[in-house]
Amino acid sequence: MTTLILYALLKIAGFVLGYVMLTATLLTWIERKQSALAQDRIGPARASIMGLRLGGLLHIPADAIKSFTKEDFIPDTPNPWLFKFAPVIAFIPAFVMFAVIPFGPGDLIISSASFGVLFILAVTGISVYGATLAGWASNSSLSLLGGLRAAAQMISYEVTMGLSLVGIFMVYEDVNLQNVVIRQGSNVLNWGIVTQPLAFFLFLAAVIAETKRGPFDVAEGESELVAGYFTEYSAMRFAMFMLGEFIAIVGVSAVLVTFFLGGWQVPGLEETGGWYTVLQVSAFALKTWFLCWLQLMIRWTLPRFRYDQIMHLGWRILLPLSLLNVLVTGIVLAIIHG
Amino acid sequence: MLANYLPILLFLIVSIGLGFTLLVAGKLLSPSKPSAQKNSPYECGFEAFEDARMKFDVRYYLVAILFILFDLEIAFLFPWAIVLDDIGVFGFLAMVVFLLVLVVGFIYEWMRGALEWE
Repeated sequence: MTTLILYALLKIAGFVLGYVMLTATLLTWIERKQSALAQDRIGPARASIMGLRLGGLLHIPADAIKSFTKEDFIPDTPNPWLFKFAPVIAFIPAFVMFAVIPFGPGDLIISSASFGVLFILAVTGISVYGATLAGWASNSSLSLLGGLRAAAQMISYEVTMGLSLVGIFMVYEDVNLQNVVIRQGSNVLNWGIVTQPLAFFLFLAAVIAETKRGPFDVAEGESELVAGYFTEYSAMRFAMFMLGEFIAIVGVSAVLVTFFLGGWQVPGLEETGGWYTVLQVSAFALKTWFLCWLQLMIRWTLPRFRYDQIMHLGWRILLPLSLLNVLVTGIVLAIIHG
Repeated sequence: MLANYLPILLFLIVSIGLGFTLLVAGKLLSPSKPSAQKNSPYECGFEAFEDARMKFDVRYYLVAILFILFDLEIAFLFPWAIVLDDIGVFGFLAMVVFLLVLVVGFIYEWMRGALEWE
């Protein structure tokens, strides 16, 4: 019992607090630096310790100190408690998603419960509350509109998210994420992106909309709604929304890697254990970083969609396509299996 | 059984703890000098024009209703997808009929303009 708890805590500390938090923190800097490079600017370069700037990396500790020590004021609102805890509600689902994601072979997964994907879908369902409650509790027109947009957009794309995964489960016949990774194997031609190419793109579009990031960022579109549902938030509570958003990027990247890019599998490597395991965990880390980079790149490449375009894309294009994907996958599987 | 669920509980405790630690640390380390100006809703420097509890578009409700329908459908599809190999062509066709019924409803919504946003 004690060993079980200690081992679980070790995995949580190593994987989530170590890898995920580190990546999310670095992403706050990478996003600014990368957007600067994309737009031919210098980007963050002001923070310095005795003239040492490290390419703007010192902005990360500077931001942390700022968010801890700035005044965190609460506007006059009829729902002060909802206002205070909405950031926590937005922060936790992004975090607990990692509980069922395998980051290495064997028991290198925090919980190998058989409900894997259902947990992920449930948790993304809860993450809608954070943004919506924040928008409602802020008692500001801009926040309310941002919260409504966030809610409608997130639940619209959740349908596509679930439906595009159905194809994956028809092919690999398991909802436990570790087993999905094992069945994809070390042969690249057997990975989700090859067996379910359409589902990959549908899922990618859906998760970017779920994280409310560009080009789907109308819920916080600064040109019309100032900052959307977190307009009224300041200091640490604002920082929690931002951190939650960056953790969610790492989270959806890890989910994409698990379902479509073979998880921790290294192409051509069948064995596990010892140094092979180290190699496989690194492969998972690298694949996840690549997808994080891809999401940032998409944000700084595509212009923001209008809200009606987002709803049009979600309900009239992605949803019929994902239903079609289920149908075609079923027919193809029926032909293959005879 | 326990080995699968206990880590999730631990993880929940750790993440809730982390969330509240951040909030409390922010509370302890930051100044607090509220004023009427600071606490009024942000509206580009104006006094707020109207109460934030305003009427909003019925289509947001409509989207939520559609979401419930399709999300339930997905809940049906997951167990079906897992056992597809065992239930064979008959099982597949049965689900196609179920999906067709749903698609008819979906087309009806589409024709009625429930998916129109301007």
